[in-house]
Amino acid sequence: MIYFDNAATTMVRSEVLKSMLPFFCKKYGNASSLHSKGIEAKKALESAREKAARILKCAREEIIFCSSATEANNLAIKGLAFEAKKNGQNHLVVSAIEHHCVLNTAEWLKENGFKVTYVPVDKYGVVDLKALEKAIDRKTFLVSVMYANNEIGTIEPIKEIAKICQEKGVAMHSDAVQAFGKIPLNTKKISMLSLSSHKIYGPKGVGLLMKRNDVKIEPLLHGGGHEFGLRSGTENVAGIVGFVKAMELVLKEMPKESKRQARMRDRIIGKALDIPETLLNGHPKQRLPNNANFSFRFVEGESIVMKLSEHGIFASTGSACSSPKLEPSHVLLAIGRKPSEAHGSLRVTLGRYNNEKEVEIFCEVLPEVINELRRMSPFWK
Amino acid sequence: MYSEKAMKHFKSPQNMGEIKGADGVGKVGNIVCGDVMWLYIKVGKDKKGREIIKDAKWRTFGCVAAIATSSVVSTIAKGKTIEELIELSNERIVEELKGLPPVKVHCSLLAVDALHEAIYDYLTKKKRQVPEKLEKKHRRIIEEIERIEKRYKDFIKAEESLVKRK
Repeated sequence: MIYFDNAATTMVRSEVLKSMLPFFCKKYGNASSLHSKGIEAKKALESAREKAARILKCAREEIIFCSSATEANNLAIKGLAFEAKKNGQNHLVVSAIEHHCVLNTAEWLKENGFKVTYVPVDKYGVVDLKALEKAIDRKTFLVSVMYANNEIGTIEPIKEIAKICQEKGVAMHSDAVQAFGKIPLNTKKISMLSLSSHKIYGPKGVGLLMKRNDVKIEPLLHGGGHEFGLRSGTENVAGIVGFVKAMELVLKEMPKESKRQARMRDRIIGKALDIPETLLNGHPKQRLPNNANFSFRFVEGESIVMKLSEHGIFASTGSACSSPKLEPSHVLLAIGRKPSEAHGSLRVTLGRYNNEKEVEIFCEVLPEVINELRRMSPFWK
Repeated sequence: MYSEKAMKHFKSPQNMGEIKGADGVGKVGNIVCGDVMWLYIKVGKDKKGREIIKDAKWRTFGCVAAIATSSVVSTIAKGKTIEELIELSNERIVEELKGLPPVKVHCSLLAVDALHEAIYDYLTKKKRQVPEKLEKKHRRIIEEIERIEKRYKDFIKAEESLVKRK
């Protein structure tokens, strides 16, 4: 089995699982309880929060744990939208290639009286800074641009965007789910940042929003006032402990791992581009060390994924046929790929458990699979 | 997800390829939408002198369902009379595959369309009368193509230049 779908999710690492186990049957207290069982859980929770704050170089009360990055992104955008509305601000700026949880949040706000500007990207998926700057007006309450794209791996010019936002006095949010643990993050000027646990060898069901103290937002979940009143619901202590452990571990090995994965990625890119009528999606250099994304003309992505799966290789596609709405990837269309090229896309995302031997097997199988499907295609002679 | 039967057809598709000098060809679907099927038929006669599909082959651009339905429609068509096949419905394809995910049912419609278009092509080439059912269906398919072409004019132009370049 060769798992090349690490941008979808990752295996929980054993150290992480071990750190979580005491919180299921032993330290199972509710962190809000007054007794020592509760205090035990509370201590673990707050220690995790402090570690996360140290990692993100922020204050401890600027860390809001929640259920996922989808929730973190919803909280950041809707939470600030509801607050901004009170001051007459109603305009949101997002990039055209955000994750669906940002785009669909933006769409929902639009249906509810807000205005949204989608900033275009260039052919590599880099956000157009001039268009972004121009989009910001007096009514803009937030600019949200992902740190790195989940499909094509392009790293966005976050530092520059943060600078523009600071000059214009607008809050900035970044979905850093794919970037964290792969590249060093520069979060100094970012008002809000979303992270996910299960992309970095932590458990599913945990995420966090880093939110600066001077940015006021409304909660989405009302209840017992957990997480500084911004996210009610009994804290998932085991999950949070595991998440923060995963953060620490992934950062520790990042310098070495990102180089190792980048080498494997470049080998894959080189080999795949030897296949005729193949395009690399995303930036040739400014991309995540673990991401490779291609369009193979005249074949369809779901078929590629399923053929690879027969060979025990697991990857993903931006083809319409693989999506529940039968629409090709908005990211691939935004970088100017034609629908047929978006249909024929393949995403390969590496992780710490992959090795060079697996890469070589993949490089051997891939051309076979593409040729096999092309022989079936009416457009390939 | 896909049934075992559908995966079997995807893994080892039957009758894949072209028929040189085919008696009829049905070309359906659109690359912009993600599925294209080209179905080739060779017509012959059975012992009773009825016209039957002697051979059927296909080439398909598309997902697992598109490939599996192409494979199935070609196996169903072979040896059957044209009269029988005009009555073929997509339910029969879905049944043969032991079900398809709901979003993929349109692939089975496409496969039947491809067969019917191939028969239509054969009958019109032979200047024979086309049964009303087939005629109606053909008109619908042409209308659909026109609609898609209108909707995706720019895309299709770009796609065509791509196919030609090759």
